[in-house]
Amino acid sequence: MLKKTLVVAVVLTLAIGLGLFAVKAQSGDLEVFSWWTSGGEAAALQALFDAYAADYPDVNIVNATVAGGGGSAARPVLQTRLAGGDPPDSWQIHPGWELFGQYVDPGYVEPINFLYEEEGWNDVVPQGLRDIMTVDGNIYMVLVGVHRGNGFWYNKPLLEENGITIGDTLSAEEFTAAAETLQAAGIAPLCMGDNGIWANAQLFENTLLGTVGPENYMKLFAGEMAWDDPMVISAIESFGAMQDYLNTDHTSLSWDQAVKALMDGQCAFNSMGDWAYGEFVAAGKVDNVDFGWVSHPGTAGSFMIVADGFPLAAGAPNRDAAVGWLRTLGGLPAQEAFNPLKGSIPARTDADRSKFGVYHNWSMDSFAADALVPSWVHGSAAPAAFQQTLNDAVTLFIVDRDAAAFAAALVQGAVDAGIAG
Amino acid sequence: MSQSTLAGAAAGTTVGSSTRRQRWEGWPSFLVLLPSLIVTAIFVYGFIAVTFWISLSNWRTLKPDTTVREPFGQTYLDLFAQPRFQADLRNTLIFTVLFIGISVLVGLGLAILIDYNRKMFAIPFFRNVYLFPYALSFVVTGVAWRWIFNPETGVNLFFDIFGINQLLASVGQAPLKPGWTTDPTVAFSVNGILEQFIPGAESLRIQFGLPVALIPVAIAAMWQLSGFVMAMYLGGMTTVSDEIREAARIDGAGEWQVYRRVIIPLLKPVTISVIIILLHVSLKIFDLVITMSGVGPGFATDMPAIFVFETTFKATRYNLGMAAAIVMLLLAASVIVPYLASSLRKSEE
Repeated sequence: MLKKTLVVAVVLTLAIGLGLFAVKAQSGDLEVFSWWTSGGEAAALQALFDAYAADYPDVNIVNATVAGGGGSAARPVLQTRLAGGDPPDSWQIHPGWELFGQYVDPGYVEPINFLYEEEGWNDVVPQGLRDIMTVDGNIYMVLVGVHRGNGFWYNKPLLEENGITIGDTLSAEEFTAAAETLQAAGIAPLCMGDNGIWANAQLFENTLLGTVGPENYMKLFAGEMAWDDPMVISAIESFGAMQDYLNTDHTSLSWDQAVKALMDGQCAFNSMGDWAYGEFVAAGKVDNVDFGWVSHPGTAGSFMIVADGFPLAAGAPNRDAAVGWLRTLGGLPAQEAFNPLKGSIPARTDADRSKFGVYHNWSMDSFAADALVPSWVHGSAAPAAFQQTLNDAVTLFIVDRDAAAFAAALVQGAVDAGIAG
Repeated sequence: MSQSTLAGAAAGTTVGSSTRRQRWEGWPSFLVLLPSLIVTAIFVYGFIAVTFWISLSNWRTLKPDTTVREPFGQTYLDLFAQPRFQADLRNTLIFTVLFIGISVLVGLGLAILIDYNRKMFAIPFFRNVYLFPYALSFVVTGVAWRWIFNPETGVNLFFDIFGINQLLASVGQAPLKPGWTTDPTVAFSVNGILEQFIPGAESLRIQFGLPVALIPVAIAAMWQLSGFVMAMYLGGMTTVSDEIREAARIDGAGEWQVYRRVIIPLLKPVTISVIIILLHVSLKIFDLVITMSGVGPGFATDMPAIFVFETTFKATRYNLGMAAAIVMLLLAASVIVPYLASSLRKSEE
């Protein structure tokens, strides 16, 4: 009996092993690697696959997903495969330093300037976006959608009850006044769910952008401005003042639980990228009735880019299929199908606006007119090491509020990460 | 790793303690051991050497760079200068003391209760109930205890249910609502003392003391491992013969004194084994903490293993991550090596 079981086990193991090889060897495949596995994300990825199948019906798509928030489980798998010379044809990627440091530098991706020329994308993809995908004149990826990271969401009925009205923009002073009113009424002014710290780091990133402005923000990451500049210190101090406005249980909440607390009226404002919009919609809330939005205080006129896209693997096993995949992704039909599901806007300026709701049309206006700046928290503005520096500095700062030590950690981190001037 | 090391040490003992002739007769067993020796040499000691090399190198992006960093050993200085790593060392020490202390006390207490009542019919049931948490994954324990110690929905609700908060409100006090793992407080800070003895200690950013957020984590770890400690002690207690117990009683010892003066001293080797085993759990702990509290506010519950993981795979600073891994190895070795040496000496005597 035991012997029989053993034989069956061995045969099964061999069969599965051989089966994997069989799938790999089959021609006419396209393997796409991502960590889009949750409901809305998986549906959005499927929309891309559908668009591709419409263009290239003969290719068999291999959807290689590894579940886990933010790719925490997927990235090590991807790194191992790339280092081992077994790349997928294309994979999910953020532009900027994540692209440059992790994939361009080690030579895991190949330039696709020819696609941009053949498809005329240079005319429809804004310069600010192309810059964070380009090294030495070579462009390495196709963006499918762009999130706006510097959103400032609020519970509209709650603010009205407290006699606060919000205009088209909100200055830092107006926010402070509103926050004081709310705090006097016993309501936590700012919603925060910084379990995993990045949401609080994002609050700092937005406050920094609002304090120094988009030009200086770019200078900081280019090494042309010091991280202990008085303006940065001032941003750290504003950020510290905001910590007193948070809901007391913020360290035990995740970002989406904080959005829920906002909807429930336990707190009033939330500084968050527009993936929060999906939470409002999913809860059946109505734009400009139940909730409203402006740019994070002081950041009107800037667009914090948190974008998703795909590269072409160097030595892609199915190169032709992968080139076709990128051709489809850059096109309008795929982007117009993908973005309403993902809650982002197309990475080109000529999309059909009637396919998008009120918020996304507002975001598209900002995208077309505003200064585009890459996100630090989401890996585009700086190397991964400096992203970690920010997370660690914020983790310490929210406890000891030592602004000078915060700035010193950033100065040291910029040197370690090789982005200081 | 520790198991293979122990096996290797045991094998070494047999060879070392035998005469030349016996050694010649032992060559088939040496051949049998050879594959595992080779595998251990490569995958344990070889990789330790590689890790150490990387910790001295310039490798701090995804692109491997194994040139030696100048000045030599600078990465280790960077590591110890990081407030986060200082907090990790503090947390490891405090967590180890808390966790091992309460695990041994609770495990021993359970073992005594079961041993004392061992003729009762329900005892096998209780023995299994206490041992059961040990069979769970630390991840499961971490998630369950995260909910239990959630300040909004966990044990804090008992303060309402049992009327403690109403009582406090009636005398004008704030309700009792501990933040548990979300509390950044560091109690009994010794920074003031450090400043008097160590020059430059006043610039330390980390408070050296007892981070209260570690207490719930230690309780969760205790819950999981005290059953194991109990089983170890129960195993030891079965070797204490009834004659010895009877002799103690005839000499006038009460039941408590039998345990206090006779059985517990006899079980000293068990206590040492238990502490060594728990130490290596505590020094390497990762899964329980990352699922239960993460790094905690102000790194109140961060651990060296989490630092190694985040620095290496998130920040891609391979040299810094490997330096922290080497420090962890040295910490573990400082405990295991004396233990192995002493047990080796004993077996040779």
